[in-house]
Amino acid sequence: MYYLNLATAVVLFISFLGDRRKTMAGMKMALKILSNILPALLTMLIAISIVLYLIPDRLILHYLGDSGRMVGLILASFFGSVTIMPGFIAFPLSGILLQKGVSYMVLAAFTTTLMMVGILTYPIESKYFGAKVTVIRNVISLLIALIVAVSIGYFFGELS
Amino acid sequence: MKVPYKAVKLSAVVLYFAFVLASFPAGFEPGQQIGKNFLSFSLELLKILPSAFVLIGLFEVWVKKEKVEKHLGKGSGMLSHVWVILLAGTTVGGMYVAFPVSYALFRKGAKLSVIFTYLGASAICRIPMIIFEASFMGIKFSVIRLLVSIPLVVLSSIWLGHYLEKRHYQIVEGG
Repeated sequence: MYYLNLATAVVLFISFLGDRRKTMAGMKMALKILSNILPALLTMLIAISIVLYLIPDRLILHYLGDSGRMVGLILASFFGSVTIMPGFIAFPLSGILLQKGVSYMVLAAFTTTLMMVGILTYPIESKYFGAKVTVIRNVISLLIALIVAVSIGYFFGELS
Repeated sequence: MKVPYKAVKLSAVVLYFAFVLASFPAGFEPGQQIGKNFLSFSLELLKILPSAFVLIGLFEVWVKKEKVEKHLGKGSGMLSHVWVILLAGTTVGGMYVAFPVSYALFRKGAKLSVIFTYLGASAICRIPMIIFEASFMGIKFSVIRLLVSIPLVVLSSIWLGHYLEKRHYQIVEGG
């Protein structure tokens, strides 16, 4: 993130040299968009803090480590949909589960729903897209994640 | 009397913070944990959001609407989906950044199907994430996942875009 902030500062500086007034207008715009979604961001943060308490990593480790294929697939999709986890936590966790013998298919369901299905980001998404489109988009995403999981299962020879 | 939704929401937020703050002197472990979760995720957001919004603001003033319309607008072809997938690959943070970016793209005249591809792709194609994935799950895993999910994301986005375009759907400014 250090590089991102550095690069942004450089770009901002160049923009400022190029056109002061334009840059200020852009910053005003940025501030306006940010302040508009601030309440939704707060709602998301509150939801995340509670859900992460209710579903800690070790719970996921426990359930995905000990269940069969079908149950694992359903549980993995559930955990992936209702939590938020940055990649640098999710993939090491999946690596541990892989070593414990959890199938690639179940892990694909977990990581792909984690990426694609966002119940916790609903407050923000629905602010921009409305409730209906947010629901449609997330249902489609869940279906895609399941197709991905089954495909992974097929290519890793876990379906037979 | 009808209680306004905003008042309910506001009191829920106040209650939440009162609960978390009271948990520390009271030694209530679940409340403390929730407070710590809130803090650590807020810090994570603080590292990314200022830069993301500065860049969105600069995009608003420097990028010409005609340019975006030409490459990502109604007349553009399949290549437009390739452009936004590449853009999504470089998106930082998470979906909370991708939503305001889609709104910015919409304002500049990008068509809906392309915007949904961008959203889907920023979930599955972020490059730093793929590097993590491949190193823990193997390259085969990442390749299959991308090859299966990208076409599905593009197809479903085209469908959803068409469906909503017919209904004159608008992405609105958050708030």
